[in-house]
Amino acid sequence: MKENVKEKQRKGMKRETILLVVTLIITIILLSIFPDKQEAVTTASWKFFIEMILILPAVMVLMGLFAVFVPKDMVVKYLGKTAGIKAVFLGILMGALPTGPLYVAFPMASALLKKGAKISCIIAFLSAWACIKIPQEMVELQFLGPRFMAARLVLTIVFVVIMGISIERLIEWSDKKESKSMGGKDDASI
Amino acid sequence: MNSTAIFINIFALSCLIGAFIKDRAKTKQSLKVAVKSFFRILPTVLIIIILIGLLLGFVPQTQISKVIGKHAGFGGVLVVALLGAILHIPSLISFPLAASLLKSGASVTAVAVFITTLTMIGMVTLPLEIKELGKKMALLRNGISFVIAIIIGIVMGAIL
Repeated sequence: MKENVKEKQRKGMKRETILLVVTLIITIILLSIFPDKQEAVTTASWKFFIEMILILPAVMVLMGLFAVFVPKDMVVKYLGKTAGIKAVFLGILMGALPTGPLYVAFPMASALLKKGAKISCIIAFLSAWACIKIPQEMVELQFLGPRFMAARLVLTIVFVVIMGISIERLIEWSDKKESKSMGGKDDASI
Repeated sequence: MNSTAIFINIFALSCLIGAFIKDRAKTKQSLKVAVKSFFRILPTVLIIIILIGLLLGFVPQTQISKVIGKHAGFGGVLVVALLGAILHIPSLISFPLAASLLKSGASVTAVAVFITTLTMIGMVTLPLEIKELGKKMALLRNGISFVIAIIIGIVMGAIL
């Protein structure tokens, strides 16, 4: 299993390096056809490169720390036994801490579902995992500024809470309706 | 070096020192993970940085602001939202890309919608999500996320 992941990562890395070389070649061809664009393109790329390289090592260190110090089973254990609105906020907090792409969080969410965690809490967890991770917020701060980052963070938390509660209600309501209509069918068959 | 970059580096460094005091072995392991992920993400970062240069150098600002600018209307926002939902690029890289769009004339609404759908909605990972969480929950989460992404974008456009 682990070997498989490693193999996949190596393949992905190879693909991206090839893609990088292709992009570079296309860019060089484009810039030799349009020499007047050379300065604008290189200045813009260089500026973004500097901005990125100043923070990328720090962001990676944060991600590494969160990955090692916040184990997945701990997250599942904590979220599985909390209830009420507290669970929703804990879901957001626990989603913002660990690292990794969203598809890593799906099996965790599935484990939570089996453990009987509230649906609102699981939705909050997944949404926070997707878009308000702490290292990710640092990159947002650097490129889009404190006002943009803070506004999006606050709005996202508010709407994620609303979304979590509404999805929970919707699923409970439709489950109830399904069991009722199944009951109705039974009546008709008699 | 701007003050934000200094703040981020100091923040990371203090976390690192705190972690080192708490558990040396685990901190060493974290640093190994950090170095590995750095080189893992580097090619993608460089690709996006080159694309940003081409975008800012070749596409005129008036063209971008015509499609997704302040006065471009709702159609552009919808297109950006759909694009964000379909594209599958690491979220770390979506921020410089978003910044370059903002710089070249896109509206705050369009950029906020793009970041939110890009991170929250995954068409590529939807089959996996359905398998793990069931059809009902996965479709509801992605569908409602799409709507709230647009609401968040509109509110951000109004207040910023």
